[in-house]
Amino acid sequence: MWSRRRGHLRPTVCGVEELRRRRREQEPARREQQLVSKRLLREDAPEEAGEGCVAAILGEAEVQQFLRQAQRGTEEKEREGALVSLRRGLQHPETQQTFIQLEGSMRTLVGLLTSNQALLQLEAARCLHELSHSEQSTIAEACLPATSYLLTYLSGHSSDFIELCLYTLGNLIVESEAVRRQLLPQGIVPALAACIQSPHVAVLEALGYALSQLLQAKEAPEKIIPSILASTLPQHMLQMLQPGPKLNPGVAVEFAWCLHYIICSQVSNPLLIGHGALSTLGLLLLDLAGAVQRTEDAGLELLACPVLRCLSNLLTEAAVETVGGQMQLRDERVVAALFILLQFFFQKQPSLLPEGLWLLNNLTANSPSFCTSLLSLDLIEPLLQLLPVSNVVSVMVLTVLCNVAEKGPAYCQRLWPGPLLPTLLHTLAFSDTEVVGQSLELLHLLFLYQPEAVQVFLQQSGLQALERHQEEAQLQDRVYALRQTALQG
Amino acid sequence: MQLPPALCARLAAGPGVAEPLPVERDPAAGAAPFRFVARPVRFPREHEFFEDGDVQRHLYLQDVLMQVADAPEKPRVPAFACQVAGCCQVFDALDDYEHHYHTLHGNVCSFCKRAFPSGHLLDAHILEWHDSLFQILSERQDMYQCLVEGCTEKFKTSRDRKDHLVRIHLYPVDFRFDKPKKNRSPASAEVPGDSGERSEGEAMEICSEPVAASPAPAGERRTYSHRSVSKLFLKHVLNVCSVLRILGCTLGRCASHTEFRKVTLGKKIGFRFCRRRKSRCFRSCE
Repeated sequence: MWSRRRGHLRPTVCGVEELRRRRREQEPARREQQLVSKRLLREDAPEEAGEGCVAAILGEAEVQQFLRQAQRGTEEKEREGALVSLRRGLQHPETQQTFIQLEGSMRTLVGLLTSNQALLQLEAARCLHELSHSEQSTIAEACLPATSYLLTYLSGHSSDFIELCLYTLGNLIVESEAVRRQLLPQGIVPALAACIQSPHVAVLEALGYALSQLLQAKEAPEKIIPSILASTLPQHMLQMLQPGPKLNPGVAVEFAWCLHYIICSQVSNPLLIGHGALSTLGLLLLDLAGAVQRTEDAGLELLACPVLRCLSNLLTEAAVETVGGQMQLRDERVVAALFILLQFFFQKQPSLLPEGLWLLNNLTANSPSFCTSLLSLDLIEPLLQLLPVSNVVSVMVLTVLCNVAEKGPAYCQRLWPGPLLPTLLHTLAFSDTEVVGQSLELLHLLFLYQPEAVQVFLQQSGLQALERHQEEAQLQDRVYALRQTALQG
Repeated sequence: MQLPPALCARLAAGPGVAEPLPVERDPAAGAAPFRFVARPVRFPREHEFFEDGDVQRHLYLQDVLMQVADAPEKPRVPAFACQVAGCCQVFDALDDYEHHYHTLHGNVCSFCKRAFPSGHLLDAHILEWHDSLFQILSERQDMYQCLVEGCTEKFKTSRDRKDHLVRIHLYPVDFRFDKPKKNRSPASAEVPGDSGERSEGEAMEICSEPVAASPAPAGERRTYSHRSVSKLFLKHVLNVCSVLRILGCTLGRCASHTEFRKVTLGKKIGFRFCRRRKSRCFRSCE
């Protein structure tokens, strides 16, 4: 699965920047993010033309003719062919508009969707799938008469058909709140809860996709996530994430993202912790690190990213502490695994370093045990090697080091002597205020718990490094205080 | 980024918790102007921190959707016919046959040969159309189960259920898998009220409708030319039993009741198993 996906990814340099630009411009619109994946799909489609024929835009008369042929044709092949032609035409937004404006067209299509001719049914579903790709919410809303049938078919047995229905539903969900408002009372949550027990990997992946789109809706925290949490879906999702021979990476990716959308909405995370989310995700993290070491790394970051996010957010829940008064996630191997992943990100996907460091912060903030692990496993130096990557990464690395240092003298002694002080002198030369500010905090802790550091600091022109920032409003007070400490010490 | 060599060994070794070094905080650590406090950080939905990872996710999805949108290249085989008795469909691709089989022969009612998209709908159909005991019970209590999975509401009549489906679940008024049964028994009070009523052979048919919707019921089309004699006989037996019961006939009552129950409801497990397979299989359950 991993290598197949990799092979299909197209060069993405401009695509990535375009995506970022769009996301920033439309910040309040969660919808925009989801549109992004569908919009780019359509823009690139004319270049693909892999089928050997470029679909033409269909006019009203042609749409009507194809529909009539599909409905009333005498030969089954002829009827199927008419729907295939219609489907190709529906790749064009203009044809989609023409279709929905034609009276009775959706009714006919729904009729074909529910016909007893299985192949016509399949082609009709493909036409609907084409319509679901539209960016216009009016087109999605025109598909409303079909949704009860799409949901009904989820409890059938034809896995290809179910997969198609799920992707269609997922696309329609993204596009229109009216569609979601209809799907919820129509029972989409119980339908998905039943469908998730399918043994077919392709169905599960499609279900994960549809569910992830549902969970990203802006009204999800109030209107959707509570009923999902009340269903058996969370338990099944966690089952799909358990490492072992049955773990399918493509399926796991989808459900990890679903979990992330649920968790970051903060509706009822203790419930998920009660279902064992922390230990499942912790074990999965170990598994991912193992995969990296075996260099089975194609597409691993796709799964690592949501797992890191889920773990990080779950660790902020008070419920984490309640089981025996200890943190549920205590295994030192988690830290080892995280660093293996950090190294992987450093080499392959530096933009994900902040996400890994976020987890490291949440692991170490309130845990003397994990801070001790960082020291005993010699992970301070590798951590320092990440400083040059970016300002965001620098601030996070320094924050983690502060987490260790603030635990007291026993911890600071292990940070001294070593590369820490020279590194701090280096980061004090940065221009970024946040990086410098965090460096000052760390320096303060080091001076407090390891007074010998002061002399060395002075000898290595530390005062000059400090004074560079004495005019900076956000840093002044701390610069002054440190200067006093150094001069008195 | 260089990792210590022992790290991989640590990952491979068993679980363990590091014995923490003693914690000893000085109050001066948090004294102004210093403000560092060690705390776990939470990022809510839509936080800009997630931007880069979200972009990667969308690129991945884009790739997945592209693969789904392309209709699959079907590997062709020499033409073959469906093996189910009475079905004349011919195929030249295994995927097509698989879909055909699941759609038309997967959840088939052994009594009337209607095909249903799911076991759930088939169950409801059999109860409501072919179980005379159901009809009797429904006169005394709400028996018509809502068709939406997860909804436990029950209703007195199929009309009431349809109203519920439309009002509460926003189902279409002409939902094709909820046809009210045509009256056979003179004693039943239920009036099928669906304006889109069709004759029996058409639970999943719509093909003869014109493009501009018309309410006129389409002519009946049979997809199965074969009717097993034993099934017709069974149907008649059941109808006779139900009429006898209604008329309070005691003569055949116990025997016909027992026979009736055994055939329709008694052996639930065997019954369910069989009706999903070829129609002939039903006989072996008796």
